[in-house]
Amino acid sequence: MAEPNSAAGDRPLIQVVGLTKIYRVGVETIHALRGLDLTIGRNEMVAIMGSSGSGKSTLMNMLGCLDRPTSGAYMLNGRDVSRMGAKELAQVRNEEIGFVFQSFELLPRQTALENVELPLIYAQGGWRGRRQRALAALDRVGLAKRVDHRPNQLSGGQRQRVAIARAILNKPSILLADEPTGNLDSATTAEILSLFRQIHGEGQTVVIVTHEDEVAAHCQRVVRLRDGRVLSDLPIEQDIAGRHLPAVHAAASAAGKGGA
Amino acid sequence: MLNPLFWLQAITLAFSQIWANKSRAFLTALGIIVGVASTTAVIAALTGLKSKVLSEFESVGASKFFVFPDRPDNAPRNMYPWEKILLKTAEVKAIRDECTLVKAVTPITEVGLDVESGDKRIEGITVSGIWPDWHEVQNRFVQEGRPFSQIDVDSERQVCLINEDAIRELDLPANPVGEAVLLGGRRFMVVGIVETTQARFFGMNTSSAEIFIPFSVAEKMQERNFFMRIEGLFASPETAQEGEDEVRFVLRRMRGLTPGEPQTFQVAAIDRFIEQFKALAAGITAIAGGIVGISLLVGGIGIMNIMLVSVSERTREIGLRKAVGATPMAILMQFLLEAVTLCLVGGFIGIAFGRLAAFGLTRIPGAQLDQADIPFWAVVLSFAFSALTGIVFGMFPAIKASRLDPIEALRHE
Repeated sequence: MAEPNSAAGDRPLIQVVGLTKIYRVGVETIHALRGLDLTIGRNEMVAIMGSSGSGKSTLMNMLGCLDRPTSGAYMLNGRDVSRMGAKELAQVRNEEIGFVFQSFELLPRQTALENVELPLIYAQGGWRGRRQRALAALDRVGLAKRVDHRPNQLSGGQRQRVAIARAILNKPSILLADEPTGNLDSATTAEILSLFRQIHGEGQTVVIVTHEDEVAAHCQRVVRLRDGRVLSDLPIEQDIAGRHLPAVHAAASAAGKGGA
Repeated sequence: MLNPLFWLQAITLAFSQIWANKSRAFLTALGIIVGVASTTAVIAALTGLKSKVLSEFESVGASKFFVFPDRPDNAPRNMYPWEKILLKTAEVKAIRDECTLVKAVTPITEVGLDVESGDKRIEGITVSGIWPDWHEVQNRFVQEGRPFSQIDVDSERQVCLINEDAIRELDLPANPVGEAVLLGGRRFMVVGIVETTQARFFGMNTSSAEIFIPFSVAEKMQERNFFMRIEGLFASPETAQEGEDEVRFVLRRMRGLTPGEPQTFQVAAIDRFIEQFKALAAGITAIAGGIVGISLLVGGIGIMNIMLVSVSERTREIGLRKAVGATPMAILMQFLLEAVTLCLVGGFIGIAFGRLAAFGLTRIPGAQLDQADIPFWAVVLSFAFSALTGIVFGMFPAIKASRLDPIEALRHE
C-alpha cells in the first residue's frame, strides 16, 4: 500500500470525471449516471445523498470498484481503475476499499475475529501477523472482549463494529459505508456514527452513502445527487443552512465540536 | 497467487460446511460411498481369489508342463484311434533324453488294484506308476524311508511308496517302511512315506489313500493299450515357451507327423494357465472399474446438484467475499475444494465400508476368499477417482460461483 500512496503525491484521493453508467434491463435503458464529476481529498468525511433512483447506489458501486463505468474515468489513489479486469479490481478492493454494509454481512458461523480476518485471506502476501492485526482492529472498535463471539451472540451495534473492524483492517484508502445505520436504533446509530468520526479523526477517509440527514450531519461535506448528476456539493454548514431541521443542526454542531 | 492462509481457511471451511450439513452431505456422498465400497469389495475379493489361485499354481510350479493325447479338432474318429494317439514309454524317454530345456520328466499311469495288508483288504485303490523324477516334478518328497531310484525302475523292483491316508486305511504301523503289502495279489515292500501335502489343484486330487510303484512295474500290470500322461518341469519358467516347442518338436518327430499335419497330443504349460488366469482377473477388474465409473457418475451428479444448491444458498457470502477482495479464481478454488473434500470424505467412508465387506468375505466358509484384502493401489485409485469426480462435477457450480456479479450477489435475498 506504500506504493500507490507515494505515487499519488498531491493528487486527490478520488477523482471521478464524466462518469456514466447505462444499464439495459430487458428492452429498457436506464441512465444511472449521466456524466458525474466528483473529487474527494485525503482524510475527508463525505456523505453522498439522494433519493432512490438518483444514482447514489451506482456511484457507491463505482467508488467501491464493484462495477465499471460505461464511460468516464475514475482515478483512485492515482490509478485509473475504470478499465481494470475482474482480478485487478478484486485486488484493488482488497487493498484500497473497506466496505461497511447496512446488513453487516458477517459470516454467521465464524467468530468476530475470523470475520475481521477475512480480507487477509485474499491479500497478496502480508498475511503474517494476521491475528495481531485483527485483534488491533477489534480493539479500535471497542470489541477487544468479544473476539470469540459469533454474530448471533452480538447485538446489532456490535455486529456493525465487527464489520467496521473488518473494513479498516487493511488500512484502506476509503472506508465506504452504505447506509451503515439503516438497521440500527437511534442510540446505536449515534454510537456507530461517533465511531466513524473517531476513525476519521485518526486519518481515515470516510464516504457514507445515506438518505438520512441525521447521518449526513456527522460528515464534513454533503454531496447530493439527482438523476445521475451532482445536484449540490457543499460543506455541512452550508448544506443544512438552507433547511430547517433542528435535530440535524444539533447533530452537526455536536459533530463540529467532536470531529475534525 | 493465493496465499497459504487462503488454502487453510478453504479446507477448514470445506469441512465445516460438511459438518454443518451432516445428513445432507452424507446423502449427497452416498453415491460415491456405495460406488467406492462395492468396487473395493469386488477388487478385494478378486485379489484374494487371484492370490489364492496363483499360490496354488505356484505350489504346482510355474515351470511345470503336462503332455496328454489329444485328437485333432474336427478330425474323424476312425482316422485317429486311441491306440494310435496314446502316449508311449519310448516317447517319454525321448523327451527325457533329447529335450535340453526339460529338467525333470515322468510318465504317470494309474491302475485300480485291490490292496491287502494282513487281514485288511481294500478294493480298487488307485496305484500310480512313476519315475524317480516324479518327486521333483510334483514337489513331493519322502518323509520316511527313501524315494524311488533309477534302479527300482530299471530292475522292476516290487517296491512301493505310500501316503499317510493309505497307512491309516490299511492299518499299517506308524512307520511301515519294510512292511509288505499285496497289490493286485503281488507282494510289494514299502520303502518310503510320501508327504501328504498335496499340490491341490482347484480342489482336485483331494487327499485320499495313494500308493506309488515304479513305472516299469505298473506297465507290466496294465492292459495292452494303457493310458499315461506325462508331467515335467522346464529348467526355468522363462524358457517355458521354448521348452514347449522343444517337446512338441520331439513328439512330432517320434510320431512321424509331417509339417502341416495336425497334432495328436497337447503340451500345456502351467505358465500359460497363469497368463490366462491373470488376463481373466484383469478383465473382471476392468468390468468392476466400469461399474465404479457408472456409480461415480451417478454420485457426481448428486455432488453437482448439492454444490449448485450451496452456491445459491451462499450467494451473499460470495458477494461479500468478492467485496473484500476475493478474485474469481479464489471463489472457484474454494467451491472446487469443497466438492473435492465432499467426494474424498465419501471415498474414505466407502473404503471403510469396502474394508468391512472384504473382512466379511474372508469369513464366508468354503468361498476360498480367506485372502481377500484391498490392495494399496485400489485405495489410492479410489481416492484419485473420488477427487476426480469432485473436480469434474464441482467445476460447473464453482465456475458459476466465481462468475457471480458481486453487486447482484450482495443484493440476493
